Amino acid sequence: MSINKEQDFGTPASAASQTVALEIDGFTVTAPVGTSIMRAAASIGIDIPKLCATDSIEPFGSCRLCVVQIEGGRGMPASCTTPVAEGLKVCTQNPRLADVRRGIMELYISDHPLDCLTCSANGDCELQDMAGAVGLREVRYNPVETHLQAVKDESNPYFSFDPSKCIVCSRCVRACEETQGTFALTLDGRGFDSKVSPSQNQAFMDSECVSCGACVQACPTATLMEKSVIDHGQPEHAIVTTCAYCGVGCSFRAEMKGEQVIRMVPHKDGKANHGHSCVKGRFAFGYATHKDRITKPMIRASIKDAWQEVSWEEAINHAASEFNRIQAKYGKDSIGGITSSRCTNEETYLVQKLIRAGFGNNNVDTCARVCHSPTGYGLKQTFGESSGTQDFDSVMQSDVIMVIGANPTDGHPVFGSMMKKRLRQGAKLIVIDPREIDLVSNSPHIKADFHLKLRPSTNVAVINALAHVVITENLADDAFALERCDVASFEKWKTFIAQDYHSPENSEAITGVPAADIRAAARLYATANNGAIYYGLGVTEHSQGSTMVIGIANLAMATGNLGRDGVGVNPLRGQNNVQGSCDMGSFPHEYPGYRHVSDSDTRNLFQQAWQAELSPEPGLRIPNMFDAAMDKTFLGLYVEGEDIAQSDPDTQHVLAALRAMECVVVQDIFLNETAKFAHVFLPGASFLEKNGTFTNAERRISPVRKVMTPLAGYQDWEVTQMLSNAMGYPMNYSHPSEIMAEIASLTPSFQGVSYEKIDELGSIQWPCNEQTPSGTPIMHRETFMRDNGKGLFMLTEFVPTAERTNQKFPLILTTGRILSQYNVGAQTRRTANNAWHSEDRLEIHPHDAEDRGLKTGDWAGIKSRAGETVLRALISERVQPGVVYTTFHFPESGANVITTDNSDWATNCPEYKVTAVQVSKVSQPSEWQQEYHKFSENQLELLEQGMANG
Amino acid sequence: MNKIDNLIKMANDISNFFNADPDKELAADGVAKHIMRGWEPRMRHDIINHYQQGGSGLSDLAKMAIAKLSEQAKV
Ligand code: SF4
Ligand code: SF4
Ligand code: SF4
Ligand code: FES
Repeated sequence: MSINKEQDFGTPASAASQTVALEIDGFTVTAPVGTSIMRAAASIGIDIPKLCATDSIEPFGSCRLCVVQIEGGRGMPASCTTPVAEGLKVCTQNPRLADVRRGIMELYISDHPLDCLTCSANGDCELQDMAGAVGLREVRYNPVETHLQAVKDESNPYFSFDPSKCIVCSRCVRACEETQGTFALTLDGRGFDSKVSPSQNQAFMDSECVSCGACVQACPTATLMEKSVIDHGQPEHAIVTTCAYCGVGCSFRAEMKGEQVIRMVPHKDGKANHGHSCVKGRFAFGYATHKDRITKPMIRASIKDAWQEVSWEEAINHAASEFNRIQAKYGKDSIGGITSSRCTNEETYLVQKLIRAGFGNNNVDTCARVCHSPTGYGLKQTFGESSGTQDFDSVMQSDVIMVIGANPTDGHPVFGSMMKKRLRQGAKLIVIDPREIDLVSNSPHIKADFHLKLRPSTNVAVINALAHVVITENLADDAFALERCDVASFEKWKTFIAQDYHSPENSEAITGVPAADIRAAARLYATANNGAIYYGLGVTEHSQGSTMVIGIANLAMATGNLGRDGVGVNPLRGQNNVQGSCDMGSFPHEYPGYRHVSDSDTRNLFQQAWQAELSPEPGLRIPNMFDAAMDKTFLGLYVEGEDIAQSDPDTQHVLAALRAMECVVVQDIFLNETAKFAHVFLPGASFLEKNGTFTNAERRISPVRKVMTPLAGYQDWEVTQMLSNAMGYPMNYSHPSEIMAEIASLTPSFQGVSYEKIDELGSIQWPCNEQTPSGTPIMHRETFMRDNGKGLFMLTEFVPTAERTNQKFPLILTTGRILSQYNVGAQTRRTANNAWHSEDRLEIHPHDAEDRGLKTGDWAGIKSRAGETVLRALISERVQPGVVYTTFHFPESGANVITTDNSDWATNCPEYKVTAVQVSKVSQPSEWQQEYHKFSENQLELLEQGMANG
Repeated sequence: MNKIDNLIKMANDISNFFNADPDKELAADGVAKHIMRGWEPRMRHDIINHYQQGGSGLSDLAKMAIAKLSEQAKV
């Protein structure tokens, strides 16, 4: 293995299909029109010296190291900014060019510290490389003034900025603008005075910088450098793997020194991220080796007892015998399990197999229950497949982008950057969100054409009003709907939606959105060449989550915005493997590939393959498991990689249910909140310690590779296999590739997927089968995936949520997430990302704050019908009067103590986005928080006692 | 919320969606099918029981649907 650096072609590829032929140093080369001479040369192995060019950003032509001579041409053009042309004869090396280049390098080096031997970039510095390439042997200048004394900026926890080493090539500035779209860096001054700095000469941490690291990656010198490289030196080998944070699923090269990750570098060939990443994936991997990792199996009889470290065998046998005992006493259906979107496809598949075939019931559910289950339901009903329709790249062809209840720049940052790029190119933007997300007006050079700032919980009224305009103003694409969709359902829907009560004017009182804005937005979307919809949890986490997903699908079908590049309906998935965990049969009513358990053909197929009798009845969903636990009919739970005690609504009910169970087995890398209620703890492996695959929000199956030995000795799939064997249901896989082979053999949409093919192609978007052997970037091109191939329109009546404001609870609380932290925060809270966000805060509008005498930083008591918690207040005009907002990354925040048990009608996805609350100024954390703090401290003591005895 | 209240609420919520269909027979079929395909047998059993005891709290459409489930369960 070697570090095998990715080739830098100097300038981005041209998308043109027309090519030209030219000669470079006597070799003939063909290149697409628009390609730079530099890139064309690199494509045949001729590296022209360069400093200010790199292929992730547009060329700038400032260093002039890349000059060439062209036969018959004048002067020495820069090859990075000069495009190829038919018949050119280019010379890249001759004595004149060499002279010019040496002169340039001399100037650079005269103002550069000569500490190469001790420099952190030693071995990975383009300035060094270029000095070598041009044959620099002496520096004749002795400048009076230099930058050698410039002061370092160490404010960012992950990288340092040493301006004394800066060659002012502006690669960082362009990376921040073009790749990330944040525009945090500026290049000021001229000549000697020119310098790069964040914002207005601020420290990085005080600037708009979001720490994506694109500038660090683009910097050719040690000026911007990862602190991990400064601390540990250059990595020596690299392994390609996939980020374990969000649903973008960025591809990374884990750059290693032995078994230590030195840095994560986004992989240029990664088809989801094209060499970009965010602060989490690139920098926040330290949790994987955090001291809180638990690496020994543990058991205890009751949650009041200290943990006891035991051998793997003892822990597994104990869990198995407890589960067997509970089933013998309370019946087959008295146990179940929960899979996780943080685990690989193979691990998830195995857990549901253990439950269906080993436990003999269908009591399996997954955390997607609380996020995107309405997506699964709504898109399956209308389009016939529970997934988004496009690949990420499709957004670059969109003319109108509608973002509903999502915050891509925070939740899905790398895709957010791509979307911002398209918006800067001129695509129009419609944002439907109660809160002013960054895209609305807080992103440089982007302004939403419409921000429909609706009241929380009125999504369906808004989508109906938009559709009403489309139908009554004859903006529908009838030809598409009649040819591609179920005609009867289209006609019925048209009659329904054309009714006057759906009009923007009539729904304004409900939604709070001016009718004129709805009309204009509807016209904009419906008349776009390519209109695309992106949505997130602001759509799904409502009592009408599924209705809204269906409403979105109706609107896209009615306007013909499906089945080609640039359009589509795209759920932005929260966790890295939400799509995958759903695909793998994590829901209690569906086998892998979303086939119902009552379908006897499918069931027979699985019965034969698994050699077990399978139940034709749907199992319990997570909230129903809790109800059944309180009823004493559900008493054993196997939880892999999930933290239901923190992430599920109505915490008090969840905790009571967990306490009521007789055996809770938690498999995780940390003693998470759920594990504090567990009887058996099986230490899990981080994504760096296992092999498998993740499937991102665009259905892309990407490889996860083991780069270090599992700290606890086993990968998670091995642990599930041991548990299954101990329970008497044999499993004998020797590698996850065998599990994938089984998945492929049983699931039509995965039929063509194999580890060999993933290796060959890098990643695969399902469906992948005989008709689409290399996968399917855009779905529903010719027909929809429903049995008859036709899209189905469904009626979407607006039904107000049962959660109402009144005098006692006059405000609506809605929840969301931010860039630097990830979900329940178990990973990111254990990294330096806390520098950006160290506690959850309650955003409240200045008017509401004033009424309550609240100032930023005060303790704000938040009380709902379900419970009470306390957070620090943050006065903000991003929220509208009457609405308050918080994130839920810290367990002590108890955000879910106040969320209620209202849920989506179709899938029971909780209504996280709408809770009626009262807010008041208080002087200390709530009673619940204080009690929880005590309980939590006590559990940590019980853990320490166990470790001390172990 | 206790368990049966929760099931009643779930059944009513499902009915609220299908109620958009002007054809109430079709709407009730939609509700019944949804419950049949999504609810664990213990839950179906409990709601049918509740319906057979008068079904208080259930919306009209929910009652129509559970009547259908109750018939199916007998077969
Ligand atoms: S880390 Fe990212 S956001 Fe910050 S300055 Fe560099 S490119 Fe810009
Ligand atoms: S910091 Fe690095 S990338 Fe930016 S101008 Fe200086 S040398 Fe170039
Ligand atoms: S968290 Fe998401 S956007 Fe950030 S690097 Fe990971 S996959 Fe990419
Ligand atoms: S690399 Fe072409 S001018 Fe710098």
